[in-house]
Amino acid sequence: MDRFSLEGHVKGVSTGTTILAVKFAGGVIIGSDSRASMGGSYVSSKVINKLVQVHDRIYCCMSGSLADAQAITRAAKFQLAFHSIQMEEPPLVKAAASIMQELCYKHKEELSAGFITAGWDRKRGAQVYSVSMGGMLVSQPFTIGGSGSTYIYGYVDAKYKPGMTRDECQTFATNALTLAMGRDNVSGGVAHLAVISEKGVEHIVIPGDKLPKFNDK
Amino acid sequence: DGEVIYDGRINCRLQLGSFRLCDVSQSGNMAAMMQFPSNVSTFNNYNDLYPDWTQREVSTGTTIMAVEFDGGVVIGADSRTTTGAYIANRVTDKLTPIHDRIFCCRSGSAADTQAIADVVTYQLGFHREELMAGIIVAGWDRRRGGQVYTVPVGGMMSRQPVSVGGSGSSYIYGYVDSNFKEGMNREECVNFTASAVSLAMERDGSSGGVIRLAVISEGSVERRVILGNQLPKFSTV
Repeated sequence: MDRFSLEGHVKGVSTGTTILAVKFAGGVIIGSDSRASMGGSYVSSKVINKLVQVHDRIYCCMSGSLADAQAITRAAKFQLAFHSIQMEEPPLVKAAASIMQELCYKHKEELSAGFITAGWDRKRGAQVYSVSMGGMLVSQPFTIGGSGSTYIYGYVDAKYKPGMTRDECQTFATNALTLAMGRDNVSGGVAHLAVISEKGVEHIVIPGDKLPKFNDK
Repeated sequence: DGEVIYDGRINCRLQLGSFRLCDVSQSGNMAAMMQFPSNVSTFNNYNDLYPDWTQREVSTGTTIMAVEFDGGVVIGADSRTTTGAYIANRVTDKLTPIHDRIFCCRSGSAADTQAIADVVTYQLGFHREELMAGIIVAGWDRRRGGQVYTVPVGGMMSRQPVSVGGSGSSYIYGYVDSNFKEGMNREECVNFTASAVSLAMERDGSSGGVIRLAVISEGSVERRVILGNQLPKFSTV
């Protein structure tokens, strides 16, 4: 089934990407690369931001078809704002992820986009949810996605430890993104990271020349 | 929509085709939320009349790796041969000697790679080695010491200090890139190879079984096997 294969088969502008999100003690780091490509041979943008803020403490990162992903996140952002007003309190991360999941599942025939939703809420603290293309929702301590993620499964399996500090987590996320961008031709550009915690959100951008180097010959 | 809380040791695996999405194995409390759309029937075409393995070719779908060190090379591979979803051989030896100190690691169709390895072994009696697709050739000779040559599908050949191949190799590029250091000694190379192959076996459904290693140097060829319960462990999610 094409839908379940890698994002490389997407028509039009694809994010052909590397995205990830990792929980640490007290918050979550969500990160992505910044390349948008068409068909793997043309980079249509070197600096797009795949991290979308759907609420104060909830971010989504997109993968797959850029058009579909943007449409879904806009719809989700609207629904979430409405939901938050009705409930008179900030929304749960699970609620945001559920909204994305419902959109992806209901329109699975037309859409081809996958997401990682991560954030902080008062009820459960930091959480990471992965919404895959067909509409499956899974909660995990950390998750990676996009075409570039294939190359770093071994690395993240080896290096992840539960209960990392914020700085260890940031290094982990930066290294993972760098390694994936180094091997996947449709991922690249700068690394975008957002650190979300109770105190707020910090957006970090690391340009290509400041990324860590691994055996670059 | 529901929450599932497990108490006690559980093993849960989500698999898409031959790719393992996540493994959850923990004791104690773990809350995992999973929602499967109810109308998704199958990821594979599954017909009760004809088992999967009668319609598929035998493939080594594998993870292979070779690393140079000062004085020799370490080569490693998993041990699973599959016919579709059936594991035809769970203790395959994919490290084929083609000469005293030269081995090749095979990936791809089992029949094809065996035939190619036979041809090479035969040809070596007459000419210098001719290299073939989807294979890593590694060994030791007096002139250049330990060497690893990779010949991916297509026929390009290049010498590299470390090379990975097979279906499982995609998952460990990041790990290999970050952990390889020039000038490792023999034991470090063995641990590096074993860890990398183990990580690939964790994620690739077509790789598994035991890890077979061979350390080739001037003095000897040392073969080792790392069984399932002795595999290097990493914190599983």
